[in-house]
Amino acid sequence: MNTSRTALSRWSCALSLLLFASPVFAQAPAAAEQKPFKLGVVTFLSGAAAGPFGVPARNGAEVLVEALNGAKGPGAYAKKGLGGRPIELVFIDEAGGTTKQVSEYREIVQRQNVDAVIGYISSGDCLAVAPVAEELKKLTILFDCGTPRIFEDGSYKYLFRTTAPSTMDNVAAALYVTEMLPGARKIAGINQNYAWGQDSWADFEESMKVLRPATEVTTSQMPKLGAGQYGAEISALMAGRPDVIHSSFWGGDLDAFVLQAVPRGALKKSTAVLTCGETATHKLAGQIPDGTIIGARGPHGAYAPDIELNRWFRTIYQDRFVLSPNYPAYHMAQAILGLKTAYERAQGASAVAPSQDQVIAAFEGISFETPSGTIKMALGKGHQAIEETVYGRAKTVGGKLTFVNVKRYPAGKVNPPDGVKSADWIKTALKPGK
Amino acid sequence: MDTLVAVLVDGIIYASWLFIIAAGLTIVYGVMRILNMAHGSLYALGAYAAASLAGAWLRAGYAPMGSYAVLVLAALLVGVVVGPLVERGLLRFCYGRDEVVLVLVTYALFLILEDLIKLVWGVESYFVSEPYGLLGNVEFGPLSYPVYSAVMVVAAVVVGLALRWGIYGTRQGKLLVAVIHDREVSAALGINVNRIFLVTFALGTTLAALGGALTAPTVSVVPGMGVEVIVLAFAVVVIGGLGSMPGAAIGSLIVGLVRSSAVHWMPQVELFSIYLVMALVLAFRPRGLFVAVEARKI
Repeated sequence: MNTSRTALSRWSCALSLLLFASPVFAQAPAAAEQKPFKLGVVTFLSGAAAGPFGVPARNGAEVLVEALNGAKGPGAYAKKGLGGRPIELVFIDEAGGTTKQVSEYREIVQRQNVDAVIGYISSGDCLAVAPVAEELKKLTILFDCGTPRIFEDGSYKYLFRTTAPSTMDNVAAALYVTEMLPGARKIAGINQNYAWGQDSWADFEESMKVLRPATEVTTSQMPKLGAGQYGAEISALMAGRPDVIHSSFWGGDLDAFVLQAVPRGALKKSTAVLTCGETATHKLAGQIPDGTIIGARGPHGAYAPDIELNRWFRTIYQDRFVLSPNYPAYHMAQAILGLKTAYERAQGASAVAPSQDQVIAAFEGISFETPSGTIKMALGKGHQAIEETVYGRAKTVGGKLTFVNVKRYPAGKVNPPDGVKSADWIKTALKPGK
Repeated sequence: MDTLVAVLVDGIIYASWLFIIAAGLTIVYGVMRILNMAHGSLYALGAYAAASLAGAWLRAGYAPMGSYAVLVLAALLVGVVVGPLVERGLLRFCYGRDEVVLVLVTYALFLILEDLIKLVWGVESYFVSEPYGLLGNVEFGPLSYPVYSAVMVVAAVVVGLALRWGIYGTRQGKLLVAVIHDREVSAALGINVNRIFLVTFALGTTLAALGGALTAPTVSVVPGMGVEVIVLAFAVVVIGGLGSMPGAAIGSLIVGLVRSSAVHWMPQVELFSIYLVMALVLAFRPRGLFVAVEARKI
């Protein structure tokens, strides 16, 4: 008995010595630093917005984080995860409305203790979650929603948005229309009846009226989000014989509108301006009439610049999902790379993980490279991004959808300066005929 | 004048679509006293089945005109498979319970079916747009309507007339009316109430699925597409009177015309217009337009 006990303790001693001496143990303090960075990602995983929006965004997050965790990022993004810490993704479904999203947000922050949240495609969800992020003091990055009201009506410490607000899309759309369609005077709109649709239409209408004072609005249709049936609305649009039909529809609503309007010739008799049109060009390529003006809410998808980072992102995405990434996937990449840049800048040369406050301080006002080019956190006291945007016209060549007359608008030309509200800026900064 | 015609045409097309769905909802309530919250999911199932089957038909290179028959067939398939499965597998255990319990049961069924759809078809959108443009268009001033919309109207009229004939013109229909009036007495007289329930629920399911199947070519078929529909169908049957077939027809027409009038003349009130009508009807006729006041049984 005694002998066996002695033998056991001898073995334990040897084992302990081995452990102390082994490289595994030598790295233990560093391993403690390597605790994964838990990142909550909120995007539509069900409902009409999942297919064209939520799922591509989730796919973008998955491939990008996997590559970053494997230290396979190009150039400035070569470091593993966030400053050496692997990123652990926690996905949450954005479907279910604003009340549900607020509870889900509290759940992932307070119970799952995520280190940061990247999320929200719907402007309604962004507006609802913004004050809660501030209340719970959790770094939150809005990655896709577009209403300008977030940082124009509020000031936040914990909230960032790495994509430009919708003002940019609609001002650029108006600039493009006035330049490309010199005779267009009558405009009509069909937009969803909530923050996103209302803000988009207001900005487009106002920009058109300033740029071309003779602009006349034939009708502004505001169906409910997710309505699905637009027969009467399309009749009302066609009845006014507008030169231009503006729509900021997105997701399943955009698909349904295109499917119902195209057979009726509504998008041939008038030129459609689809500010989120890029997402419909992947599966509905054969349906989009030539001449339709397509936006991608920034230089994303087919409009993304031919740079190393973009080629890399497209490759890793296509290798996994076959389809090319659409703009929500690019928006997701912007948010993750923005967070990575801020985190690693806050960390500096130190091996210690930076605090949330340090990351926030580093995030404010930074510029960082993305597959879509340089993003600058220029508005909302350094919390709101601006970027260049692009419009082009669809043209089907040999059965393949291409874009012609592509025009790029620098960020400074289509976004208001910091502290100025979009509506005021449109009235004062835009000039007729410009 | 042009606008007036457009309002009527748009209103009737929308009403036809609504009627096919609302007819199924109201017949299930009329006979079984079940306010079927899962009706929207059955509509979505019809749309998915149609998109899958008609999509496969067109991809296989068969005659495109045959896709219309495939749409209807898909709806029938959902009706005869899912309808009896739900009725025999779930609802029959809940008969005799309070109507509120059945609302909760069918709500649970709605949640289950929504997830089942995601399991089977995933969250990607499905498209089967060919049948919508296949029949060409009818030009009318600046407007142009696809002939497919007329198919929807014809389908609604056929459904309406067939239901009328089936309920009032056949022996089975008369048995159904007897069950609507009094379930216990009908059973006592030897009517197989369970069989009537089974047939009724399958019929209701087929109508929901038909609505979905005929809508599939005009939308992207996505999870959650049935949610919006159920709200509208409820508005229709509440206006017309729960369980009343003429009520569903008139309710659909009222909702269709009010909505299209709002879209053409006052787009800013469109969202609110249907519910305003519903509130007004309920204020003056709390049981809907077509339900006679019933004496309470003691």
